[in-house]
Amino acid sequence: MTEIPEHLRKRAEAAKAKAQAAAGGDTPTGDAPSADAPAGTAPAGDEKIPSHLLDRGTAAADMPAPPAGAPAAPAGGSGPDGHNQRLLTVVKSGSIQDTRATPVDKVHVWPHLLVAEFLSALVITLFLLLFSIFVNAPLLELADFNKTPNPSKAPWYFLGLQELLTMFHPMVAGVTIPGIGLFLLIMAPYIDKNPSKRPEDRKFAISLMTIHLMFWSVLVMIGSFFRGPGFNFVFPWNAGLFFEL
Amino acid sequence: MADDKKSGGMSQLTEQVQASQAWSSIFRPGSIFRKGYSDSPRNRSYVIMNSVLYHLHPVKVKRHAVKVSYTLCLGGLSFFLFIHLTVTGIFLMFFYRPTAAQAWNDIQTLQTAVGFGLIVRNMHRWAAHLMVLSVFLHMARVFYHGAYKPPREFNWVIGVMLLQFTLLLSFTGYLLPWDQLALWAVTVGTNMMGFTPVFGEQVRFVLLGGVEIGTDTLLRWYTLHVLMLPFVLVIFLAIHFWRVRKDGGISGPL
Repeated sequence: MTEIPEHLRKRAEAAKAKAQAAAGGDTPTGDAPSADAPAGTAPAGDEKIPSHLLDRGTAAADMPAPPAGAPAAPAGGSGPDGHNQRLLTVVKSGSIQDTRATPVDKVHVWPHLLVAEFLSALVITLFLLLFSIFVNAPLLELADFNKTPNPSKAPWYFLGLQELLTMFHPMVAGVTIPGIGLFLLIMAPYIDKNPSKRPEDRKFAISLMTIHLMFWSVLVMIGSFFRGPGFNFVFPWNAGLFFEL
Repeated sequence: MADDKKSGGMSQLTEQVQASQAWSSIFRPGSIFRKGYSDSPRNRSYVIMNSVLYHLHPVKVKRHAVKVSYTLCLGGLSFFLFIHLTVTGIFLMFFYRPTAAQAWNDIQTLQTAVGFGLIVRNMHRWAAHLMVLSVFLHMARVFYHGAYKPPREFNWVIGVMLLQFTLLLSFTGYLLPWDQLALWAVTVGTNMMGFTPVFGEQVRFVLLGGVEIGTDTLLRWYTLHVLMLPFVLVIFLAIHFWRVRKDGGISGPL
């Protein structure tokens, strides 16, 4: 009923013609192969089948009849000398048949995860509430363009950049170094091709990241606590703190 | 022995609570839970399956995923701080006008004349600093666990974007009180952005809404702070959370 697409029919016809030519051209198509033309000899010229498999197929064809006790071959001549059967490949049992999922130790999200989340939300809210009762957010005097505070500092998370600004040209400190840092950070999963997650296998990645994090942390610390008037280096225990959150 | 007594006391307390009228008014059939609630694996599944939480959590997670010692709750905490900041931020918006003439006075009035004004502003400020910290620590935690490795590479990229949005949100909020701290911190920050190659001047102009910080800058940063950046952040958050689940939950133990 279904119509066979034109290109498929053409391909099938071409294959049929080729098979006929290989078999000598006089064998009628569709006929069951006769017993005197054993498997492996007919398509001997076919280059697509590896020779060792072809040999195995031939060996199977040359094998004697199956021992007694094996299920009787149905009429029509199936078996080593009845059919053109060749072993093309061996599929190992684990690869497609073993569909059993490995058991994973799981727990219900409710209550196990939700309770933990709720408790941590409660703890952080309590912490914020208590901290906010005792420590007020800074509100200095009204902004005044004519009165530059000394020192003028960026928010604490940008103080690492401001610290770099004292050492390098603004283009390098403000754009190049953080740009490269950020780019490397984003690309980390594509640069680090090591499949292992165990710390002992990824000493290099861990040291590199630790150095990176330490680099920024130390710069932020210096910028926050060790920079006084004129953004000069001071010790907080001598000159006091010049830091507002 | 002591443990026995403790758990015995605990189960006694549980029984007492569950026998109380308050408990049964919540959990009996026909009340808040229409079919009542009893603790069974089936009902535990339904709690998630039949609620909006199903968008965030699967019914079951791997046992190690609920260990606080593994995640330190840092990602969840960052998200919770974001919600906290949204709630307190909405409260602050009722009392704040983003113009150079009014901003500082509004904050002053909020702190002195509005009920809970001072403490809500304090909480907003400290939660913002805490969020920067917790997002940063979350990133460090993920790196040290190697949790960015396949199939989670792209979620790491989104995470780094989220870190940047967090910094930008904090930075845009920094200007809004319009005090000396805000003005000069932002002056230093935007001067740095002026050194962007090729487009430096233009970047600075767009950010400031002019050649120098003024009332236009305030309006611009206010809009970024309360609308645009949270909007973008929420979209990235949604992708981040969705990918966590699609990539097989949080990463396994080392």
